[in-house]
Amino acid sequence: MNTIIFRTMAPLIVAIMLVFAVYICLRGHNEPGGGFIGGLIAASAIAILGMANGAEATRRALRFDPLSIAGFGVFIAGLSGLASLFTGSPFMTSIWLYLELGETVVPLSTPMVFDIGVFLVVFGTISAISLGLEADGGEAS
Amino acid sequence: MDYVLAALVGCFIAAGIYLLLSRSVIRMLLGLVVFGNGVNLLIFTAGRLTRAAAPIVPAGLNQPDGPVANPLPQALILTAIVIGFAVFSFLLVLAFRAYQTLDADNTDTMRVAEPVDEPNPPLSY
Amino acid sequence: MGTFVLTDALIQTTTAVADWVLVLPLILALLGAAAALMLRKTANLCFLLAMLVVVAIIACEITLLLRVFESGPLSMTMGKWLPPFGISFVADLFGAGFALAASVVTLVVLVYAEGERGQGVDDNFHAMVLLLLAGVTGSFLTGDLFNLYVWFEVMLIASFGLMVLGGRPLQLDGAVKYGFLNFLATAFFLLALGLLYGLLGTLNMADILRGAPLANPAAIATIAGILLLAFGMKAAAFPLNAWLPASYHTPPAAISALLAGLLTKVGAYALLRSLVVVLPASRDLLEPVLVAIAAATLLIAPLGAIAETNLRRAIGFLVIGGIGSVLAGVAVPSLEGVSGAGLYVFHAMLTMTALYLVAGLIERATGATDTRHMGGLYAASAPLSILFLVLILATAGVPPFLGFWPKLLLLQASLGQGGWSGGLLAGALLINAVLTLIAGSRLWAHVFWRPAPGGATVLPMARGAVWTGFGATAALAALIVAAGLWPNGLFEILAVGAPDMIDPARYVEAVGLAGVAP
Repeated sequence: MNTIIFRTMAPLIVAIMLVFAVYICLRGHNEPGGGFIGGLIAASAIAILGMANGAEATRRALRFDPLSIAGFGVFIAGLSGLASLFTGSPFMTSIWLYLELGETVVPLSTPMVFDIGVFLVVFGTISAISLGLEADGGEAS
Repeated sequence: MDYVLAALVGCFIAAGIYLLLSRSVIRMLLGLVVFGNGVNLLIFTAGRLTRAAAPIVPAGLNQPDGPVANPLPQALILTAIVIGFAVFSFLLVLAFRAYQTLDADNTDTMRVAEPVDEPNPPLSY
Repeated sequence: MGTFVLTDALIQTTTAVADWVLVLPLILALLGAAAALMLRKTANLCFLLAMLVVVAIIACEITLLLRVFESGPLSMTMGKWLPPFGISFVADLFGAGFALAASVVTLVVLVYAEGERGQGVDDNFHAMVLLLLAGVTGSFLTGDLFNLYVWFEVMLIASFGLMVLGGRPLQLDGAVKYGFLNFLATAFFLLALGLLYGLLGTLNMADILRGAPLANPAAIATIAGILLLAFGMKAAAFPLNAWLPASYHTPPAAISALLAGLLTKVGAYALLRSLVVVLPASRDLLEPVLVAIAAATLLIAPLGAIAETNLRRAIGFLVIGGIGSVLAGVAVPSLEGVSGAGLYVFHAMLTMTALYLVAGLIERATGATDTRHMGGLYAASAPLSILFLVLILATAGVPPFLGFWPKLLLLQASLGQGGWSGGLLAGALLINAVLTLIAGSRLWAHVFWRPAPGGATVLPMARGAVWTGFGATAALAALIVAAGLWPNGLFEILAVGAPDMIDPARYVEAVGLAGVAP
């Protein structure tokens, strides 16, 4: 597994996959895609990095503990649903904000925040599992 | 088509239950996965089969253009698959750990929590 | 297909901020679990956070209970979509009351665990407990069957994590059995949901309630049968009970107390909700089966407790016996029967948790798990022995403790039912009380009263740990005694809540589906 070709190409592949994951996550509102799939792609990128560089180096590269990332994802997903408290609507009602930046209009919404939360949850848990399995006799679950 | 899928669901569930009746933990695990897939297929079939388009509302419209497939079973199945996958991966790691620690893949020899040859309880105190 | 305006599918009325008490317990538990997961390297902070969150949840749930008591069931449908398209959360008195009991139990266990775990342990304990509480609260408050499935799985994942916390071989062994059986149960639940969706095209409970009488009764009864299998497995009813005494004694005492107090009760509640409220016609068809299961569970479980020498496994059998009482209420759904089943679930949540906590204290005092190696503990700790005795009497249903009232209601219900089924259930309930008393007093005599056998020791315990553990358990026991001595409040709640279970017109109205053609 640890050929020089793989180790040289891995950062490139990982970078492309991570960008693609963000793209998939953001287009998910009206088109196929979304936080779950994006998170899976990003987590596979981390798994590839783990195979190439070893689990320890990957953990360091991530900076944050994968499970903490997952916790943060649940947190912001929950908060995105809570925002509708202030609009007289039930839990999880979407709120839209259209930002006009000169020529283009950027639609921002609570479902997007929720999707980013899902992205982080999937990314965090799957990375934690794969890094746990890649580490030698490492902690699992 | 519905009948074919119904028969397929039956096969999946039968195979799953057959595997679950085994004493080997790994076979039981595979049985659970096959069973779960049978259930997912059942939900899919229960949502009625159509040859219509994917349930995506085109941009700028409020409703789909023409008949589309029922999106709800797909959402239900996606949820079930995700949850099933999470529980399956947990059980897989657990079975592996149990195999390492207890040296048992056979449930008959997995008796740490329920010792077999315990003496009878005292008759008086 | 006419032109479709999006607002036709949305709720037009504004939602009062006060209505949010319905979902706040859930949101708080989920957010708390997430925060505890992020902070898990600092155990002390996690403990404070978890306590704060659970106290806030209890405050919300008391408000919710009072509100539902005064003005009927409360509902909120997510995302402003009209029911049955949006996911509804509905609180009636049973759901709100159970949710409150669940969070009170969690609070006690959190305090107890702080003494048991020792300082500076950083694992996911607090995050898992809050996640478990979220799953349990969600199950009690949801008004949608698929959502119930999701909460079941949330609960399952959290309980897996708790079960293997520490990772001793014993725990792995128990967790394998627990995990497989419970995963299978939820798979059966999902199977029933698929069939139900195919038949009725909806999974909203209030909507099913209206649609089910129009559907083929045989098909609906089949679905009810599968639901009975799934929830019976979750609740550990008789032929499917073997996983409980095989697994609940393996994790640390605080965790097994939490699992015993919450998980099987959620299964029992789901049975009550799905069979009595949502599919009453199919329940009538299944009645002989229910009577047989209830009677068998009532009779066989305490016999298991008598034959068992491992303390916590014996208590596991008592938990199963309690499920038999709830099933008796499901089998005889008169006003008394449903009240009795509901009150029993409430009682069992508190009492079973307290019993496991006391067992944990006993195990810590003796250093043994088997009653054959215990003895003479009365001399060392009289208050502990009184605590255990009180809880045993409460479990058996001896007046004036809390367990007496639901047993009385259930007995009235089964005698009022008449016929062979009523007689069988009444007999089983009485014999169960006697057998439970025998099993419990046997345990008490072995652990506390008889002279210590050779090799039995009484270990000195760290004072601080004892006081938090003992104090938390004693507070819970005091609550049980007080609720038994002054049950009027509970009966007032039942007088409003039980009719809503039998005739859920107000429930359907709260969801907003009354008067709409199915």
